[in-house]
Amino acid sequence: MAEVTLIEGIRQAMDEELARDERVFIVGEDVGPRGGVFRATEGLYEKYGGSRVVDSPLAELSIVGMGIGAALYGLRPICEIQFADFIHPAFNQIVNEAAKMCYRSNGAWTVPMVIRAPYGGGIGGGLYHSQSVEAFFTHVPGLKVVVPSNPRDAKGLLKSAVRDPNPVIYFEPKKGYRLIKGELPEEDDLLVPIGQASISRQGKDLSVFAYGMMHYYTLQAAEIVAEEGIDVEVVDLRTLLPIDEQTILKSVEKTGKALIVYEGNLTGGYGAEISAILAEKAFVSLDAPIRRLAGPDVPAAPFSHPLQDWFMLDVSKIAAGIRSMAEY
Amino acid sequence: MEVREKIQTELTHELMLEMYWIMLLSRRIDERAWLLHRQGKFPFHISGIGHEAAQVGAAFALKRGKDWLVPYYRDLAMVLAFGLTPAEFALGLMGKKGEPSSGARQMPSHWGLRRANIISTSSPVGTQTPHAAGIGFAIKYRGDDAIVLTSIGEGSTSQGEWYEGVNWAAIHQLPVIFLVENNEYAISVPRSKQMAVSNVAEKANGLGLPGITVNGLDVIEVYDAVKSAADRARAGGGPTLIEATVLRMTPHSSDDDDRMYRSREEIEEMKQKDPVNAFRDYLIQQNIITEAAQEKFQSRAKEEVNAAIKFAEDTPYPDVEDASYPVYAEDIRHG
Ligand SMILES: Cc1ncc(C[n+]2csc(CCOP(=O)(O)OP(=O)(O)O)c2C)c(N)n1
Ligand SMILES: [Mg+2]
Repeated sequence: MAEVTLIEGIRQAMDEELARDERVFIVGEDVGPRGGVFRATEGLYEKYGGSRVVDSPLAELSIVGMGIGAALYGLRPICEIQFADFIHPAFNQIVNEAAKMCYRSNGAWTVPMVIRAPYGGGIGGGLYHSQSVEAFFTHVPGLKVVVPSNPRDAKGLLKSAVRDPNPVIYFEPKKGYRLIKGELPEEDDLLVPIGQASISRQGKDLSVFAYGMMHYYTLQAAEIVAEEGIDVEVVDLRTLLPIDEQTILKSVEKTGKALIVYEGNLTGGYGAEISAILAEKAFVSLDAPIRRLAGPDVPAAPFSHPLQDWFMLDVSKIAAGIRSMAEY
Repeated sequence: MEVREKIQTELTHELMLEMYWIMLLSRRIDERAWLLHRQGKFPFHISGIGHEAAQVGAAFALKRGKDWLVPYYRDLAMVLAFGLTPAEFALGLMGKKGEPSSGARQMPSHWGLRRANIISTSSPVGTQTPHAAGIGFAIKYRGDDAIVLTSIGEGSTSQGEWYEGVNWAAIHQLPVIFLVENNEYAISVPRSKQMAVSNVAEKANGLGLPGITVNGLDVIEVYDAVKSAADRARAGGGPTLIEATVLRMTPHSSDDDDRMYRSREEIEEMKQKDPVNAFRDYLIQQNIITEAAQEKFQSRAKEEVNAAIKFAEDTPYPDVEDASYPVYAEDIRHG
């Protein structure tokens, strides 16, 4: 076992999949000699060459659009969107084309592709380098949406995504790229299945559902409140679409309380869906109203440090949310 | 005329008759679709009438069965040339079971035919262009001998999707032909309100690929242009933009009323230039077809259209449960 960063898990996954399958290629802005602006593709251009690690024009819709065409022909593209904030020009291609291809062709054509996009705030990125855009895509049947929260899942989920026969959007918590470290088993072919949440901390008093960076903070908050006698169960959702309802419902049946933590805007955010599922299917198990802890409903995280801090959830805000929930 | 002399050697009489047959068949089934729509048999038809020469010339210049097609909704004649049957088209009109492009999930004329390398297409215009670039990329990546042709209307070349797709192919010298069927209208909006350049081919200058304009009412001229572009693409010479000037002889679709934006005189003038009639006259004049043989073509087309419509009418609608799948590849039901 070696301790590595989250971004190293991502890099290793791409390295191994490029080595394993000739159909796999990477396309995106600055992914070549620069190795990506966050260095997720570091060394891959040198190892696999410019025909498999392809610097695209600065044009997101065609990064995805050409990826769709290549996938239809039989390749396995990994498309990198430099920041999730810039995925919007490709929205049409993702939602109207990639997501609908299988259904609209009655299965004659499928789009096996991965779209990687660093998301999330707390890095001084202002409105346009901080967004959490997952809820736009979890509304879309035909897509799979994945968010890892640790190096092991980052690697195993990305490898699974490359092999998945559907379009998979893989959102990377960029604040955690180097902050989040963890053990990576020296397994030949580490695969983490898409579609399964994981219980990352067992507890009995209340369930907290989170993913990505907020999951990392939630685990820390759970340790703090544990010293105060609150026993929190933490569920790392990992795959946002399709939803692992079973794990979610089971946890709440056990604890009777549910707090959902996500850093995107509160209204219409991903937590609303979890909340709706619990209200519909776990009502009799609930001992308290479901609560969402999320980003405020302003357009996005502001730049100036104190303003950004006001926007972002952190360990102490999550701990406070847990305490008030536990008191109920 | 040079074109014709050069082409005579390549285009055998048999091939020209086959081209005429597809143009005629496309025209006849298209006309029938308008008729049936007016009778309330189905809710929508979008027509290729006036575009047939451009579409058939292009399709025949490709290696059918080997090359790839990313068409747009007007390309009835093009997909018939690639192997869609009239009966399959009729299933699409009526939304009947077994319709091959989408299992009747999509509106009519949203082509897609796996067995003929025709990619599934959608409604938002322009989205297909980057797909063609990606297919071209994949062909080059694999070192295959195929090429890909994608088509689009001139109005839709205003979309960013179109520019981005063409740009990719030009940068990477991909084996892609971008065919623009310029009928001077995007629903009601004239070309002059879509672009400041005087023709679509000029757009190629800004993107770094060859661009040419051909008379899209002349099937042989289109064949020749697409054939040389295809040969060049296959030899590693990169993409070409080909603008074919055509006529939209009908309203935009069955939901449109073109009397609001163009005169009846304009439509009457178009009839004088009808590309299907023009090719018929050429074939007769060149003694490639006799009047009598021509009449036979006409009656055969009528029979085939009747049979196709009857087949679709006799076919049931899809099972309602078909609507629930396949959202993901795991849901695909084989057989
Ligand atoms: C993105 C998008 N916007 C609007 C429409 C509605 N629409 C369908 S066809 C069309 C006109 C297209 O004109 P053109 O590209 O010239 O092709 P033509 O129909 O003339 O062959 C419009 C506006 C659409 N399908 N997609
Ligand atoms: Mg037009």
